[in-house]
Amino acid sequence: MRSPQDVGGLPEGPIDASHHDLTFWEKQADGLRAAVGSKGLMSSHESRRAIESLGHDAMERLTYYERWTAALSLQMVERGVLTQDEIDAKVAQVRQRLAETGDLELRPGEAEKLP
Amino acid sequence: MSGDHHHHHDHDHDHDHGHDHDHGHAHSPPQPDDKVHSYHQILSIALKELLIEKGVVTAAEVRSFIEKRDSITPAHGAKVVARAWVDPAYRARLLEDGNAAAAELGFPITGTKLVAVENTADTHNVVVCTLCSCYPRDLLGLPPAWYKSRAYRARVVREPRAVLREFGTDLPDDVALRVHDSTADIRFLVVPQRPGGTQDLDEEALAAIVTRDSMIGVARLEEGAH
Repeated sequence: MRSPQDVGGLPEGPIDASHHDLTFWEKQADGLRAAVGSKGLMSSHESRRAIESLGHDAMERLTYYERWTAALSLQMVERGVLTQDEIDAKVAQVRQRLAETGDLELRPGEAEKLP
Repeated sequence: MSGDHHHHHDHDHDHDHGHDHDHGHAHSPPQPDDKVHSYHQILSIALKELLIEKGVVTAAEVRSFIEKRDSITPAHGAKVVARAWVDPAYRARLLEDGNAAAAELGFPITGTKLVAVENTADTHNVVVCTLCSCYPRDLLGLPPAWYKSRAYRARVVREPRAVLREFGTDLPDDVALRVHDSTADIRFLVVPQRPGGTQDLDEEALAAIVTRDSMIGVARLEEGAH
């Protein structure tokens, strides 16, 4: 069975070659990933392995940097750098802070993903 | 799944702000027009704050990686290509050891091996990363969205000539086409053919006509297009 990332040669439709600038949060996610990688805590191989472990529907379910972020979270737990409890608690704290400052406008379906 | 379907999943259109003001400090809230829309955005902020609190990374380090990434554009790769066009000895060094040749021009590449592949009259090269998005970021910057798309990754290894045609590149049948699949360790830079009619251009002017897509290999540089 193919791993989720292993799409080479599969039938697909037209390629959308239009240009998109990265959003602010995507640049942040890219920079955070690079900084963690520079500490030897996440190689490209580990990143790919973590993304593959997100499951076969991750390509459909998540955007590119959402997959990176989920993979980083997984990798930090597996490396013992962070615990899942710490992450969940911080997510709740950040969510509350953003809500209080009026910076949170979750899209439909996003609130249900929160721990 | 259609390519269009994938396109919508790879990019958030409803908060598309390309400007890059700095609200990267651990505890500074986003700017008013930068609302947080998704669980993964919250997760990303939470991870960053935790990793800073634990001393794993600093806010300054994250910021410097973002700034470095923003500073790398395809113009870096174009300088490498232009030098290879005007300097046969440099061309030979580039094809022999991409990392050393890039470093000569002030573009250090760490952690990955750079392999330069040269287009000729009878051979054309195109690059993909079928597994994800590996790309010569140190020379070309971040990969374009289509390079990361499932449609490009799936199809260019099976029907590369059709894919090139979609990019407006009609490759003659007698030109061999080589598709290079990148890995976490090896990145490829296509050295496009120098177009005809450019004999009077100096190196800087030559670099200006080298496009990103020509260095990925989905396009060729046409005579008279400069």
